[in-house]
Amino acid sequence: MKPESIYFFGTCLIDLIYPKAGVSAVQLLQREGVKVIYPQAQTCCGQPAWNSGYRNEARKVARAQIQLFPKNIPIVIPSGSCAGMMKTHYPELFKGEPDEADALKVANRVYELTEFLVDVLKVQLQDLGQAVEVAVHTSCSARREMGVADKIEQLLGQLSNVDVKEQAYKAECCGFGGTFAVKQPEISAAMVTDKTQHIRATGAAQLVSQDCGCLMNISGAFAYQAEHEGKSAPKAQHIAEFLWERTHG
Amino acid sequence: MAKPTEFRVDVEKALGKTEIRAHFRKAMDTLMINRRNQFPDDAALQALRTQAQAIRANALSKLPELLQQLETNLIKNGVQVHWAETTDEANQIVLGIMQKHNAKSIIKGKSMVSEEMGLNHFLEERGIEALESDLGEFIIQLDGETPSHIIMPAIHKSKEQISALFHEKFPDIPYTDNVDELTASARRILRDKFYAAPVGLSGVNFAVAETGTLCLVENEGNGRMSTTIPPVHIAVTGIEKVVEKLSDIPSLLSILPRSATGQPITTYFNMISGPRKPDEKDGPTEVHLVLLDNGRSRIYSDPELLATLRCIRCGACINHCPVYVRIGGHSYGTVYPGPIGTILEPQKSGLSVHGELIQASSLCGACGEVCPVRIPIPNIINRLRYDSVRKDTENTPTQEAGTRRKSLEAATWKAWSWAASTPSVYNFGSKTATQLRGLVPNNLGAWTSVRSAPKLAEQTLHQQLKTLGVDHE
Ligand code: SF4
Repeated sequence: MKPESIYFFGTCLIDLIYPKAGVSAVQLLQREGVKVIYPQAQTCCGQPAWNSGYRNEARKVARAQIQLFPKNIPIVIPSGSCAGMMKTHYPELFKGEPDEADALKVANRVYELTEFLVDVLKVQLQDLGQAVEVAVHTSCSARREMGVADKIEQLLGQLSNVDVKEQAYKAECCGFGGTFAVKQPEISAAMVTDKTQHIRATGAAQLVSQDCGCLMNISGAFAYQAEHEGKSAPKAQHIAEFLWERTHG
Repeated sequence: MAKPTEFRVDVEKALGKTEIRAHFRKAMDTLMINRRNQFPDDAALQALRTQAQAIRANALSKLPELLQQLETNLIKNGVQVHWAETTDEANQIVLGIMQKHNAKSIIKGKSMVSEEMGLNHFLEERGIEALESDLGEFIIQLDGETPSHIIMPAIHKSKEQISALFHEKFPDIPYTDNVDELTASARRILRDKFYAAPVGLSGVNFAVAETGTLCLVENEGNGRMSTTIPPVHIAVTGIEKVVEKLSDIPSLLSILPRSATGQPITTYFNMISGPRKPDEKDGPTEVHLVLLDNGRSRIYSDPELLATLRCIRCGACINHCPVYVRIGGHSYGTVYPGPIGTILEPQKSGLSVHGELIQASSLCGACGEVCPVRIPIPNIINRLRYDSVRKDTENTPTQEAGTRRKSLEAATWKAWSWAASTPSVYNFGSKTATQLRGLVPNNLGAWTSVRSAPKLAEQTLHQQLKTLGVDHE
């Protein structure tokens, strides 16, 4: 059943670097007749600290978030990784804490954006754009933590002018991994270099993903290779931005 | 306490030449494809994983009782049981048995626990020859190396390298790069050794408490020969390898080779239930089992870390790891490489020695997705990262917990948590940052060695949605 209203959690990466993805996601949701509530006190899900082993610090930040969603309505997040943090790791993070029940209430209402668009809103999209070939990168957290790996393809399948090209090693990690990219730069670099090669080999002009962490990593490598090695740089966009651009009149 | 070691890998050098890296990737790809082909029906795979997980979890939940039962039944079967808390004790036990028989050589089937013990080195220092009979182990022993994979120890070597190695070590044998001929040569060399060796050694895949049976999975028959031809057989294994019942075996045997090499079943499956009986014509006259702890009971004491001990050493997590495929097994500097090594080694030997390994993961989850006993490897890595910087070190059995806490890093996270839990501070900071975005340097160290620096937006999402009038109750 389609909810009347939802909470939107934009994520810190979108807030600071990719706000257009956030705005597009809100517009997609609103167009389906859903009232979007964006609590202005939101900051970050706490994942960077959680993955670095700083659990107390992560909990402090997470605690500030769980208070922002008091109504029993869905919480929609345009990122598999932040959604995975709230849905699967908040229960661990708050285990035995006085506000464990609040954390569980939040975790149970979390949806990743493409999952919500497909499974809950059952959107029907009309393609208004030019013919384009697109490669899809599904983040590891969307694939394995959230189990929503096929949702982007389901959405793109509705767009008559979009041709999805599949790259080799599609399910392999792009090498971002948050602090991994900083703590193991050589291994991370080898991973993202391979990823860009496989995507470029499809000939797709465009890459979409549901996670801005992966996009920052892959598009950063594309831009670097364009500048230093004269290679082509497919345009990289968050799926929300791509969908909104192609479907709004 | 040992000085914390650093783990930094030069990917270009780790596996050597480009061709070797490509060969290695292809080998891993084949293993992944073979595994996938063994499990065409995902529902059936998930059901089998659930069974395997339950069998291993059940065994661990009664570990002390099952170990006692195992010992009782092994003794009934005529097997001599030895307990070793440390690898040194385990080595001494093996040495003691060898000395009793005045044995100067030992022929070995594949055993990762013996690698853990450093047994070959230990025996060689005492004038005892330890000869590996598994083909992969034989190859790396010739080259003075250690295994780079837990089930395919020589997977890092190309056919050409192996041909050259054989030619160098056995000049009498004509040079060939034909795999069958190389295998045949190794077979011939080993055959005589089997008959000459006074003692054979093997690992154990499953030890059945109910019947006192030691199960051994293998492909080459060298395991059967190591355990049946020499008059004395010594099996070494970790205390976690016990399962409760004989009826637990089929599920585990069904999922192990399929996950490991993508074989429906291995060529050999040995069930060892004691030494030769008076009316029997062959088999060893003495069978020993050495049960090694080496930190396992410490892992056992923590309900979250305990899952590590469910491992059946199939290697699937290694085959599917995007880090392992790029750096190879030796880069880890451990006995067990890849994801299983990443969680097991720091727990075995403390966070000082191998604690940096836990940073060598993007937490992509490919390992946990294929693990036949559903060990949540990324979660355990996360937990060990916590252990490595936590202050309440008394609440974890992990040794040297907290020793990787660096004051600058800790202070940074503290400041971050204050800012990100105080909306006014966060909003002020993010707004200011975007306003000053021109000042963000283009050189961000490691990040910008292969990527351009990300650019902050002109206006944050907070600001834009406010302008658009999106509700913010
Ligand atoms: S952790 Fe799981 S996948 Fe890895 S070797 Fe052990 S059983 Fe196999």
